[in-house]
Amino acid sequence: MALSDVYDFYRKMEDEKVILFFKGEFTSELLTSILHIMENKMQTMGISSKMMKRVFNVLVECFQNLYHHIESTGDNAEEIAIQKSALIMVIHENDKIIVRTGNYIPKNDIDKLKERLAFVNGLSEHELREHYKKRLLKNDRTSKGTAGLGLIDIARKSKNKLGFEFIDINESASFFCLNIVIV
Amino acid sequence: MEILSLEGSPKTPEINFNQDTGVLELRGRSIPENSIEFFKPLNDWVDGYGSSPQGTTQIEVRLEYFNTSSSKCILDLFKRLEQLDGNSTEVKVNWYFEKDDEDMEEAGVDYEAIVDLPFKIIEVEEI
Repeated sequence: MALSDVYDFYRKMEDEKVILFFKGEFTSELLTSILHIMENKMQTMGISSKMMKRVFNVLVECFQNLYHHIESTGDNAEEIAIQKSALIMVIHENDKIIVRTGNYIPKNDIDKLKERLAFVNGLSEHELREHYKKRLLKNDRTSKGTAGLGLIDIARKSKNKLGFEFIDINESASFFCLNIVIV
Repeated sequence: MEILSLEGSPKTPEINFNQDTGVLELRGRSIPENSIEFFKPLNDWVDGYGSSPQGTTQIEVRLEYFNTSSSKCILDLFKRLEQLDGNSTEVKVNWYFEKDDEDMEEAGVDYEAIVDLPFKIIEVEEI
């Protein structure tokens, strides 16, 4: 990569209205930092406190998904390190905040995730709320201690259908892209 | 008498559970990665409190926002208090939400629907 490509990166982010971008391993400390940065940015941009909380909620659940669910399929240490790393970006365009995430997932998990996304996207606002309540009462945590409510909460808080895409990488892994538009 | 007091952090709420007054307060944001671990001492405290509670137990929930994993723990806490209710103490819940924050208002209404305790959902200017 030529050094002048830095400008292309800059231009691209500017044109796409990217206000925050991170690629790497997702840790608990990183979430604290990102929330802090986003709080300052949104305050400067004059975003309402209700919208700010929705963005925080979406970011928190995205993080939870990224560090609880990233599983590596690689054989060697280097490959595992790459697959543990994920990407998050926040875009501010026309009064909307868009959160995008990208991470590797094992091919075996795609069907289950697709099914889950289709289920969540198929529910109305009212149905999402009722489903959330029902799941809350069920005493079932996943093996990772999560409540299995993340995607439902993201859909509720964003008031939008979730956009997603799976990019084929190799025979065992794909790259999962999630697009969340918060209005 | 026992007081459970925890300072708030960027990811966990300030906690003030006071056995002398029977007031249990949670304030701030609750987004710990491991919410079970965070809520365990709260649950334990409530279990201890249950052996000699005040006539009225008032739980004050002043949360800005919380993650889904905390939402289960908050329900667990309410369920524990439900057990105490009518058992030498009367438990009341005040659920606060900031003006225009319909998400937190809805969350309070939803807990009220699934928890058998009297709720007051209270709008305030600032949490």
